[in-house]
Amino acid sequence: MQTTAVNGANYLTYQGKYKGLLGWIFSTDHKRIGLLYLYSIATMFTTGVLLGLAMKFELLAPGKTIMEAQTYNSVFTVHGVIMIFMVVVPGLPAVFGNLMLPIMIGARDVAFPKLNLLSWWLYVSGVFLVLAALLFGKGSPDTGWTFYAPYSFKTGTNMLPAIFGAFVLGFSSILTGLNFLVTIHRLRCKGMKWMKLPLFVWTLYGTAWIQLLATPVVGITLVLVALERVFGVGIFDPALGGDPILYQHLFWIYSHPAVYIMILPAMGAISEIIPTFSQKHIFGYKAIIASTMAIAFVGYLVWGHHMFTAGMSGTAQYYFSLLTFIVAIPSAIKVFNWISTLYKGSINIQTPFYWAVSFIFVFMIGGLSGLVLGALATDVHVHDTAFVVAHFHYIVFGGTGFAFFAAMHYWFPKIFGRMYDKAWANTGWLVFFVGFLALYTPMFYLGMMGMPRRYYDYLEEFHGGNILSTFGSWVLATGFIIIVVNLVRSARKGAPAEANPWHGRTLEWTVPSPPPVLNFDKEPVIGENDGPYNYE
Amino acid sequence: MSGEKHHIVPYRLYFVVLIALLALTFASVWITSIELRDYTVAAALLFAIVKSYLVLNYFMHLKYDKPYIKIMVGFVFAIFLVMIVITFLDYLYR
Amino acid sequence: MEHAHHVEHPDMYDAESSKVGMWLFIFTELLLFGALFVIYAVYRYMNPDAFHLAGEELNRVIGTVNTVILLISSMTIAMATTALQKGHRNVAIGLVSITFVIGLAFLVNKYFEWGVKFSHGIWPGSEHMISEMSHGEILFFGLYFVMTGLHALHIIIGMAIMVFAVRGLARGKVHADRPSLLDNCGLYWHLVDLIWIFLFPLFYLIH
Ligand code: HEM
Ligand SMILES: [Cu+2]
Repeated sequence: MQTTAVNGANYLTYQGKYKGLLGWIFSTDHKRIGLLYLYSIATMFTTGVLLGLAMKFELLAPGKTIMEAQTYNSVFTVHGVIMIFMVVVPGLPAVFGNLMLPIMIGARDVAFPKLNLLSWWLYVSGVFLVLAALLFGKGSPDTGWTFYAPYSFKTGTNMLPAIFGAFVLGFSSILTGLNFLVTIHRLRCKGMKWMKLPLFVWTLYGTAWIQLLATPVVGITLVLVALERVFGVGIFDPALGGDPILYQHLFWIYSHPAVYIMILPAMGAISEIIPTFSQKHIFGYKAIIASTMAIAFVGYLVWGHHMFTAGMSGTAQYYFSLLTFIVAIPSAIKVFNWISTLYKGSINIQTPFYWAVSFIFVFMIGGLSGLVLGALATDVHVHDTAFVVAHFHYIVFGGTGFAFFAAMHYWFPKIFGRMYDKAWANTGWLVFFVGFLALYTPMFYLGMMGMPRRYYDYLEEFHGGNILSTFGSWVLATGFIIIVVNLVRSARKGAPAEANPWHGRTLEWTVPSPPPVLNFDKEPVIGENDGPYNYE
Repeated sequence: MSGEKHHIVPYRLYFVVLIALLALTFASVWITSIELRDYTVAAALLFAIVKSYLVLNYFMHLKYDKPYIKIMVGFVFAIFLVMIVITFLDYLYR
Repeated sequence: MEHAHHVEHPDMYDAESSKVGMWLFIFTELLLFGALFVIYAVYRYMNPDAFHLAGEELNRVIGTVNTVILLISSMTIAMATTALQKGHRNVAIGLVSITFVIGLAFLVNKYFEWGVKFSHGIWPGSEHMISEMSHGEILFFGLYFVMTGLHALHIIIGMAIMVFAVRGLARGKVHADRPSLLDNCGLYWHLVDLIWIFLFPLFYLIH
């Protein structure tokens, strides 16, 4: 049993069993763990962005610009591994889920606080393991983030630590999911019925199931690749009878649902922000829940759309293509819900709102381009081209990334108890958004024209589009710097924030900013007529 | 939550379940030793499924658990089945 | 908060949370092995004869003995929870210890079984396998070693949890009103049993 001296302090300032930094890295307080994740993920994101900028610089002109082909291979691999496994997969759940989930359901903490801390430690260990692959051994991994067999056990580069690191990161993700599931099942406060849960909580619930049920599959698959490297077991090795396409099946059985791990909580955050800034009840609360669970479930059934050109049977191709089109429906339902919520709302235009609306815009383009990839005939044409790169950056970056920034600006006053400079925040958003469009939109075009992905070089005819794209990456980087500098400064020096600056209706806005150590003085009770989005 | 009393399963029931499990084990060894061709695997798996049903329900107390836990377990097995079936959409029709 | 005081973090113990948490963890294990079963199914479908042939190499008797003792151990640990609920702490400790010993016996059997394979030159990537065996057989033995090996690892983890459970029982930290550690230890052990129930026929009984 822990005893904590509170001295009227909030979770940021209280003094627990340990002092200083130790009081953070050994804290089991869900809010502190959320912040630990925020700082670690921000660090990794920045690293990933730097690698992305380096690639874009390389692609400024045909031929070698700043790096060799092999270096480029390593850079896109490490960029992909960092961005996927360390940034967008943990992303919103680990940061805002940890910070807000217990408060939103009226609980004092997650169900297993110590396990929660363990998740973070595993995350950090995974990060260091992957980084070890870069520093030691014979060159950093060059397989792409997908670790495809048989190259992943034939390449001479230092794969083992990277694979092991990805495994540990997966374990961390599983434990977070497990924790959230139990928390949502067991720790809702009195009157917080399932149909009164905020939508962010619902999306975390769906996400947690995917984390739990999909991650083990990739875990064991990565273990098999490691065993293949060490012992030559033969399971994925065509020379010994293994089938490399089976590797792809197993990899995507995880990695397709994983894109829903990335996007569902993002949709959840948007579903919080849109009603708050429209001052209106969310349109189609139940439809959003249903579509969330439908996405989580159908998302399991469509993995093969990553393998249309790999040599699957025709039957499987038809099936996967059909289901891919079906899984697009629930996402579209959500877009309609958000738009309908805006309709006739009294809209309060603030930074989180800008982010949310640009999210909808970018997400829609990303989603529609996904249908191009999900259709058998067109996919053959654009598979493994810059079109794919544009598509998934629109979704994961324009989707999850924008939603992350939206959530950051939305909950910032709650988390730090201070308000950021709104003018700078809006400027940052605008620059970032313009940079984003300039960076990725040309890639759609380049891909259509046939520029392949994962090459450090290209034909002269692609030069124009690449110059625009690289230029966009600089604009985006400028926007990123503005945003980060503004937030960091405001976290320390911003004007004190009220408890409920946006007039939100969910529980986290009823507690002081920043929240007290135990969240609530006494357990809240939700009345029969209260709901998460009850606006008059 | 010490208030919630658990259902105490008598020792004897566990023993009976064990006997059933052992009987099924020997039955499956026996049935696979006769020549059934393609049905050998099916038979062996059938016995395995009955056995796992007993383990889940009695040893793992699912029988006495709240419905939502049962639903979750069913759901997980369903997901696994779906995974196999879909993968075979590829291999069966190559 | 007007009063500046010490705030007690509430004791969060909740038997049902622990149980659900354990079940969720078991789900992850099921899918971990599930992926291996998918691989098994695919390769068996692709190489039916080779799997048949290779299966003959495995020792049915050892396999059956291990199945029997594992089932017995599942019963003893299940009985331990009953004993605890009835307040018979020492009986519970005894039953868990028996389970532990049976787990050890299982591992010893496995050790000898693998040892025989090794002495025949059969191990992943061995010279003998690569030069003399068909692709299907290589895959069969590859899967055999990976799956039974991973299963044995789970046996070891299960036994480690038993050590903690016995310690908790002995120190009185695990008792009739706070049985989660023992219950979860049991659940985990049954999972190990459950997986073996499928491994056994798929590897040993496919003649
Ligand atoms: C400043 C931001 C970013 C820039 C400039 C950037 C740029 C790039 C470039 C140039 C590639 C390689 C294209 C190729 O040659 O195939 C790439 C690949 C990739 N990016 Fe980004 N990216 C950025 C942010 C992100 C984010 C936020 C994610 C989040 C998920 C992400 C995920 C990926 C993935 C998964 C790959 C594929 C790696 C592979 O081929 O294995 N990127 N990115
Ligand atoms: Cu996909």
